[in-house]
Amino acid sequence: MLKRAALALTLAVAATGASANPELLRLQRDPNQWVIPNGNYASQRYSELNQINRENVNQLRPAWQFSTGVLRGHEGGPLVVGEVMYIHTPFPNRVFALDLNTPGRVLWRYEPTQDPSVIGVMCCDTVNRGPAYADGKIILSQADTTLVALDARTGREVWKVKNGDAGKGETSTMSPLVVGDKVLVGISGGEFGIRGHITAYNLADGKQAWRAYSVGPDNEILFDPQKTTAMGQPVGENSSLRTWEGDQWKIGGGATWGWISYDPELNLIYYGSGNPGTWNPVQRPGDNKWSMTIFARDANTGMARWVYQMTPHDEWDYDGVNEMILADNIQVGNQRVAKALVHFDRNGFGYTLNRENGQLLVAQKFDPAVNWATHVDMETGRPQVVREFSTRQGGEDQNTQNICPAALGSKDQQPAAYSPRSGMFYVPTNHVCMDYEPFRVSYTAGQPYIGATLSMYPPKGSDHMGNFIAWDAGQGRIVWSKPERFSVWSGALATAGDIVFYGTLEGYLKAVDLKDGKELFSYRTPSGIIGNVNTFTHKGKQYVAVLSGVGGWAGIGMAAGLQGESEGLGAVGAYKSLSDYTQLGGVLTVFALPN
Amino acid sequence: MKMLMASALVLAALGGAALAEDKDEKPYKVVDGKVDQATFNGYRRYGNSCLQCHGPDGAGSSYAPNLTDSLKHLSQEQFAETVINGRQNVSSSQQNVMPSFGHVEDVVTYLDDIYAYLKARSDGALGRGRPERIGR
Repeated sequence: MLKRAALALTLAVAATGASANPELLRLQRDPNQWVIPNGNYASQRYSELNQINRENVNQLRPAWQFSTGVLRGHEGGPLVVGEVMYIHTPFPNRVFALDLNTPGRVLWRYEPTQDPSVIGVMCCDTVNRGPAYADGKIILSQADTTLVALDARTGREVWKVKNGDAGKGETSTMSPLVVGDKVLVGISGGEFGIRGHITAYNLADGKQAWRAYSVGPDNEILFDPQKTTAMGQPVGENSSLRTWEGDQWKIGGGATWGWISYDPELNLIYYGSGNPGTWNPVQRPGDNKWSMTIFARDANTGMARWVYQMTPHDEWDYDGVNEMILADNIQVGNQRVAKALVHFDRNGFGYTLNRENGQLLVAQKFDPAVNWATHVDMETGRPQVVREFSTRQGGEDQNTQNICPAALGSKDQQPAAYSPRSGMFYVPTNHVCMDYEPFRVSYTAGQPYIGATLSMYPPKGSDHMGNFIAWDAGQGRIVWSKPERFSVWSGALATAGDIVFYGTLEGYLKAVDLKDGKELFSYRTPSGIIGNVNTFTHKGKQYVAVLSGVGGWAGIGMAAGLQGESEGLGAVGAYKSLSDYTQLGGVLTVFALPN
Repeated sequence: MKMLMASALVLAALGGAALAEDKDEKPYKVVDGKVDQATFNGYRRYGNSCLQCHGPDGAGSSYAPNLTDSLKHLSQEQFAETVINGRQNVSSSQQNVMPSFGHVEDVVTYLDDIYAYLKARSDGALGRGRPERIGR
């Protein structure tokens, strides 16, 4: 054990210098455990395990279940470290340590004391995407922005620190990421006029190490005007301030509520920022940098290496926070890209970039319904917006209709999977369009700052609202697409068994064939799935686990279904609302093959 | 679309009939499926401050009640009281929190308009989606 640790340490130091976390690097390479919410630092959601495979997955069955006792939307997924599984809930943000030797026995539970008024300032349900593990600690980012480190063996608090102010509408839903000796965490509140940031805290004691805002002066966004680049050029001075009118950047949004990835060799972290200020674009002229942006930052200092703004001057709420998947040796035309970053944005474009320098390589639509832009100009990186679907052109008090995708995006935070075996990406998507009418609003701290009203519905002529797709990130094209009745709001898992798992809003856990999307397995869990699937082994046997419990933004259409569905379905019949398929309730289900 | 329009018309006609009976009690005006400016403004203010939890068209979500149902038994005074002061219903089985909007200009100023819109929805006088305005 000691020798292995020493070896890992040597490797880690060789690869990354001082900032690696040798334990985490070692653990995430072990397919028997699942120590990072998205599988590894590269956010690939891929497992080398193959006991469960294309041939036998149809025999998969539940081995045991566990009710969390919480009703609201359960995003995120279980962690498995050694012989212990850690699961979490939405507010009140319980954490359970479950013994895998006595399946479902509670080793410890933790429930923080939080002022429930925070519930009222969470925009779209009280979801949480789960804690991080590192260095014998479980690190949870609570709804009220308290970041707390628990002893992984006892659940006892080691340290805690406040990352934001719920009174101003700052909340937390995301999963922190531990890099080296630091815990990185972002913040939610894009609908409340907050100013987003990523903050690093010391893993040892919770002391703040650095904070990098998404918008504002160079010294607060941690930009070097000469060294930080965008589209290969230095960004210059005041690159953010120049794109806002007056002081509007102070309520400029750019929330950072999604996922963070990390490349240990480059020592860079990658994440995206959300919508700028109000949803009414007329009230905030300019490109509103650096909202809707992919950031690459030095993990030690937070200094930005490169940035790429996907949706300048957002007019549709296309947050750029979805996961950044780091994949190696992607073939783009004649070029073999050693270090690529692949990102499926809310705006409906699938991006492939060189993650060393931010060079834009591919930007193509991953849902053919996407219509707000014709294409992305590869020279400037700017989307070519279609006038008819520009809510800015339409202006205040004008209803711009039939924009695809809707504000919830062609894909939201539900993370995709990447299989190095097939070289393909497996993406849970939404297939929903909208009408959007911006109007003037005033800002009050801690109150919704939205300024647009919208209706959402399936694309014209479509009879479904989701697709699960396979994507070729080198060519920027859909390889296969499997329709689903509702948006696919669950994180995917690809395995060396050449299958990929995902959940549906009705509550089915499904396994499909990597090569053609053919459904090989489905099982109806007690509630809709918005959680992420994982896999691990215990005593040599492979298991698959997922949290069900419908809610989140997907739960907004729960009561009555989305509007205009009768039109979408045409003669097939009236489209039923989600509540006709599932009800609330958090349950963990662990699956295995029969002995 | 046509079918949707037709059903909206029928609803509007019903609403219109009700309006004729007790003119003073309806806070909204719906004519041929179109609404007065105040009700329209209520629709928009609802979109800014309420929709994120209570869902499109006041129809509720997985985490907040359907207001078209609530307004069948809440009086306008009770509605105003709830919006202004908020409400907490937190127990081991549910975590429902309605924030207080008492100091939010865009809500308090237009409270009657928001009520009018939701009442029209609750009475069945107004269908789903964005209403058109009378005289436009």
